[in-house]
Amino acid sequence: MAGPNPFPGENNTGHFWDDNLRELNNPPPSWWMIGFWASIAWVVGYFILYPSWPMPYQPQEGEGFTKGVIGWTQIKEYEEGVQQLQEMRAQYEEKIATMTAEQILADPGLTQYTLASAKVLFGDNCSACHGSGGQGNPGYPVLVDDDWLYGGSLAKLQESLAYGRKGAMTAHKDILTPAEVDALAKFVVDLSEGKATDQGWALFNEKGCTACHGAKGNGVLAELPGGEIVSVGAANLTDGIWRFEPGGLESAKHTILYGVNQTGVEGTREAVMPAFADTGKLTPLQIKKLVVYVHQLGGGK
Amino acid sequence: MSNETVEKSAAADDLYAEAAQWHINTGGETIHAKRMPGKWRTIKWLSAAVWILFFVGPYLRWNGQQAILWDIPARQYHIFGATILPQDFWMLSLLLLFFAILLAVVTALAGRVWCGYFCFQTVWTDAFTWIEEKLEGQPAARRKLDKAPMDFTKFRIKAIKHLVWLLIGFATGFAFVSWFVDAPTLWREFFMGQSGTVAYVTVALFTVGTYGLAGWLREQVCFWLCPYARIQGVMLDRTTILPTYDFHRGEPRGRVKKGQKEADRTTGDCVDCNQCVAVCPTGVDIREGQQEGCITCGLCLDACDTVMVKVGRPLGLIRYASLDELEGKPVKPMLARPRVWVYAAILLAAISGILYGLTSLAPIELKVLHERAPLFATLSDGSIQNKYTLKILNKDNSDLEVKISASGPENMIIMGGDDLVMAKHGAVHPAVIYVKVPRKSLKAEREDITFRIEATRPDGQVIATERKSIFIGPKR
Repeated sequence: MAGPNPFPGENNTGHFWDDNLRELNNPPPSWWMIGFWASIAWVVGYFILYPSWPMPYQPQEGEGFTKGVIGWTQIKEYEEGVQQLQEMRAQYEEKIATMTAEQILADPGLTQYTLASAKVLFGDNCSACHGSGGQGNPGYPVLVDDDWLYGGSLAKLQESLAYGRKGAMTAHKDILTPAEVDALAKFVVDLSEGKATDQGWALFNEKGCTACHGAKGNGVLAELPGGEIVSVGAANLTDGIWRFEPGGLESAKHTILYGVNQTGVEGTREAVMPAFADTGKLTPLQIKKLVVYVHQLGGGK
Repeated sequence: MSNETVEKSAAADDLYAEAAQWHINTGGETIHAKRMPGKWRTIKWLSAAVWILFFVGPYLRWNGQQAILWDIPARQYHIFGATILPQDFWMLSLLLLFFAILLAVVTALAGRVWCGYFCFQTVWTDAFTWIEEKLEGQPAARRKLDKAPMDFTKFRIKAIKHLVWLLIGFATGFAFVSWFVDAPTLWREFFMGQSGTVAYVTVALFTVGTYGLAGWLREQVCFWLCPYARIQGVMLDRTTILPTYDFHRGEPRGRVKKGQKEADRTTGDCVDCNQCVAVCPTGVDIREGQQEGCITCGLCLDACDTVMVKVGRPLGLIRYASLDELEGKPVKPMLARPRVWVYAAILLAAISGILYGLTSLAPIELKVLHERAPLFATLSDGSIQNKYTLKILNKDNSDLEVKISASGPENMIIMGGDDLVMAKHGAVHPAVIYVKVPRKSLKAEREDITFRIEATRPDGQVIATERKSIFIGPKR
């Protein structure tokens, strides 16, 4: 704007519009200015201390940015947090490492700790087949009931987890006549309902089913004094639990015809539990924790 | 220029002239308010004394413990023997509601009572300026000292003043921290360098904060930092009583003329002595009407009344009055105003909720989580098993041995509850329970089951609590 300032001595900036509309030069309150400069100082300090500014890519360092003089990184902070947790857990971990599963179960506090820490292991390694809570899946055994084909003691669970399990049942489609298959399947259904006939038992014995399923048909070949059982993992045919879904006559027929884990037989049942120790997938300590966890799921013996 | 243009221009010039008179207090000048004794000054001291509780509160004991302790690391609040855990936090929301509404109702009835009489900013500033007056003298002397060049005397006075301010700041911070940790322990550890970092940082922040806010920023906090000062406008109405200048009586204001008889006086009652402005801690002129800078502290009422006594005019030229009263309208009695009833109802609801919560705090609490994956398991003998996680919360002061029992479907067997469960005080103890029911005994897919926990306290009192859950079986 040309001409002399029409409002001299007023502390204006010299900018005018419409004759008398003008911009005054009132400074902000000093506390505000202090805050403003303090914020800028803070930013400068932050840039010096912390990683803050992108830089050209540096091959030898793998990334490009200013590192900050105190060397803070998120991953380092995370690792320190993990370290702290591990230190807190160390006292329990050390105890558990030297104890057997029985000893752990005798101590309520350690049991609690073991269950909590094994929950993650179970989720990572077991739940894909056995379900998040051990409820099982079609073709994969339920872990919360008390039906254990290989035994539900701590020792047997340890064995199953460490070395795996692989069921085996011959395919009978070329061995038995269709009538015999039908009769045996009906017998198995009757057996589970407590209505087995003598005729059925005779055929069951005659065809050698007892070799694996036991003389009582409950999958037990012999009972040891300590309560342990000897089995080859054959199904317990006397209870209401079916190893292969959906259970019942047709399901039983299918298993008799095509067997379990038979190479080259189309339609054979698959029943494989991987070995977790040999493959190095789990450490002995982790297996021990999982043994306790599975034992406490509801059906451990 | 036509006459019309001249008139318009003159009107605009009036506005600019008025704008030039606007005084916006941005803290460029320290307000040295004069202190005058009076009724409201006394009331202000009494209301400020409420804050003594803040300093002595942490030293009250109850059953060998700090009576009121906000134990944040342990996530427990202790209030006179009652332990409040995060589970009881709904009471805090009611408490906040209570105070929010209380603030609103008081403001609606009598303006910014909190600001003028109770707010820590007001009270601490009041204490700080009282110390300033003791050390530096009356406002005139203080202004003179501020302008004077630095010499030994000035330095000594100022140094003592700032030291005392900082000490008050420190005491404030220390008292604050005492509510969160055991106070005697804090005394022992703090000065030995054994307290936690949080304690030192908090005390440091409070020291600096109190010193800065009450010593330097003062009324600037009310003007520019505090949101409450800005929301009060919507809480006031025409019936709210506020410190008000009665302009009908006061205007036109004029100085007292020597020798003039009262009967000959042409001016109003206001003698334009500016005492109301001189005593105002925020430096506003009450005669300009209600404004954001007025914290309704009542000090101008004292000042004006003192002057009115001296000049022999009626008191109450500045008084607590509503806009209705000032305009000569009938004043509605308090109970005839619907908002008083609405506010009172909310206050009552909040306080009843808190009282109910405090009286029904059980020493043990039980939560039952029914296992969902799977909902039930079929066992080899055909019976149905459900898994429950019982969360036993022990709010008692001692560890308790808890006995678990349940009632529900016929012939049920509980497993895992045979042994007594040790529940540590102030902690949640989980216990896993299996319930087995023969299939024949189940009458529906879903049946009720009630868990009960029972414990005997060291003094022999039996405490028990129950929790309902469900037992799930196969579809029928």
